[in-house]
Amino acid sequence: MTTVSRGDTPESEPATEPGYGARAGLGNGPYTDASTGAGSEPGTGPSRAGPGSAPGGGPGIGPETGPPTRPDAAQSAAAAAGWLGALGLVGLLTLGLLGLSLLSLGFGAAPLTWAEVLAGLLGVGPEEHRLIVQQIRLPRVLLAWLLGAALGMSGAALQGLLRNPLAEPGLLGISASAGLGAVLALYFGLTAVSLWALPATAMAGALLATLLLYALTRGGASNLTLILAGVALSSLAGALTSLALNLAPSPASVQDIVLWLLGSIADRSLADVRLVLPFVAAGLALLLAAAPALTLLTLGEAEATSLGVHLPRLRGLVIAGSALSVGACVSVTGTIGFVGLVVPHLLRGLVGHRPGRLLLPSALGGALLVLAADLAIRLLDTPQPLMLGVVTALVGAPFFLALVLRSRRALA
Amino acid sequence: MSAKSVHSASVSAQAGGPESPKLLSVAGLSVQLGGRTLVEAVDLDVARGEIVGLIGPNGAGKSTIVKAIAQLLPHRGDIRLDGAPVGRLGARARARRLAYLSQDDQVQWPITVAELVALGRYPHRSGWGGTPGAGDRAAVEAAMRAADVWDLRRRRADQLSGGERARARLARVLAVQAPLVLADEPVAALDPRHQLEVMALLRGHCADGGGAIVVLHDLTLASRFCHRLLLLDRGRAVAAGPVEQVLTPAHLRAVYGIAVVSGRHRGQTYIVPWERDDGPHER
Repeated sequence: MTTVSRGDTPESEPATEPGYGARAGLGNGPYTDASTGAGSEPGTGPSRAGPGSAPGGGPGIGPETGPPTRPDAAQSAAAAAGWLGALGLVGLLTLGLLGLSLLSLGFGAAPLTWAEVLAGLLGVGPEEHRLIVQQIRLPRVLLAWLLGAALGMSGAALQGLLRNPLAEPGLLGISASAGLGAVLALYFGLTAVSLWALPATAMAGALLATLLLYALTRGGASNLTLILAGVALSSLAGALTSLALNLAPSPASVQDIVLWLLGSIADRSLADVRLVLPFVAAGLALLLAAAPALTLLTLGEAEATSLGVHLPRLRGLVIAGSALSVGACVSVTGTIGFVGLVVPHLLRGLVGHRPGRLLLPSALGGALLVLAADLAIRLLDTPQPLMLGVVTALVGAPFFLALVLRSRRALA
Repeated sequence: MSAKSVHSASVSAQAGGPESPKLLSVAGLSVQLGGRTLVEAVDLDVARGEIVGLIGPNGAGKSTIVKAIAQLLPHRGDIRLDGAPVGRLGARARARRLAYLSQDDQVQWPITVAELVALGRYPHRSGWGGTPGAGDRAAVEAAMRAADVWDLRRRRADQLSGGERARARLARVLAVQAPLVLADEPVAALDPRHQLEVMALLRGHCADGGGAIVVLHDLTLASRFCHRLLLLDRGRAVAAGPVEQVLTPAHLRAVYGIAVVSGRHRGQTYIVPWERDDGPHER
């Protein structure tokens, strides 16, 4: 194959290129010819009159073609504002989380002031306060953090990976599958064998569900396919859970399992927190490592790959991260839905819709939401204590319905 | 300043002597998917300063070739960038030297045009993405100005017209500042003016010392903007070389089954598909 000499090609007509150069102004690129710098003349230059120059000029570029070398202050300011905005959002959410946590630590049968809570946390106050804060209320708050962070960040990451705003660990059956894993551990008495059996089986269930889900929806499935896959997975996990209940040897164990399935962070201990903390931390770290690639996935899988994203690695990070963090939490708290749907949706606009930037705020927002829901349950003071999973579903399901209504055109 | 001198200067500066390797050279490229042979034994190369057009009927393997070169499909054959096998490059190193514009117009989230274009800088940044440096910002701005989307930079990608989004996506590709651009039907669904603008943009990239492979359906655009063409039919190269050797009536009849009307205008050939023509022999 021969290289064509320029003389063969019509576009080498001199008239075209200067006009183009003015528009191109790729001044800082490796291909810059110093002489194209002269092209900073307005695109309305004489070159447009030349033959074949039709593609060269456009009226819209006149005033904007100014000196192209000047770094655009507005653009960098906008970029800085974007980062500041994201940082500000993270800071705000963190402050809110800490404030609400103090409130939650102080609230209860024995109300404590903020000072008493802090003293109890540090172990400098009366022994009674220390016990109440550290042994009874702190595990609840810490579990709310872990659970909310796991659900929020997993939701945001799954939405980025599947490029679908309706992805969520609960809706997609990941939580239900983790629940099934945990129920099986309870049913077969594995919990007596090892303390780690429950989180291990729950994480295995979550992992299996996430892998299956990915296989069903790879290559950008429609909303409909995604939701159907989630419904199928949830139903399967639910049916198998029901089977376990059905065959359960004693009514007492049935009640245990059902109560646990409803989802709650009440009456947990610091041992529970210690059990799930390493897995949640590892899961969140995996998800955060996927952040830049998730943003690139906005362009679709092919272009993201062409920009250097390693898709199998990205999928592995998100799937393993979600399974670890959600699975571990479910093993202690039971299934709690919709947090991963609601939180990223509320925060997405505040981070410029960039999936990578959504992860950390979603974790904080998720923690905030779970903590608030838990506080609301305690404030409501119902005759029977409300379960956290019931409340999040009562709030989240209508929210989901509204989202579906909004995207019903896409579903149809 | 004449374009010819710019071009020859950049070619001699960057391509060196006649022995220096081509920007891209592809030899014996074959792609098989699911037992079907999509592309067979295709040779292709691109020199600096050159636009090579891939043309051929639907399903001829144009997009497949482009994807294989971008390492998006499993393939056999030898693909080299500046003489080095592309498969041995790391993902980011490859991404800095080869920018790919896909046929599918998918921008999933409503990010702004500026953010969309800035995604092209990813291969130049650290693993975490980091904050964009001055060089990144300058490249993004230059690409947006080149593609004439500077005024749209704060608009959301989902609120653009088809032509605007095509230019924004092309700006994203230019922002990579990769020597080789692979554009899969960049002018599909664009009005004539935007078609000309996009092609001129790719020419500008090549005039600056880069090279490009462009998948096209429009024979006149191919004739007018490409330095060389590769005509494909059912996965095989039918003709390759300068425009006038490839876009012959005989080739077009054999491959597309059409008769064309063509003529010259200002030293360039225009080609208008006119009617079906299955020729004297059955295809």
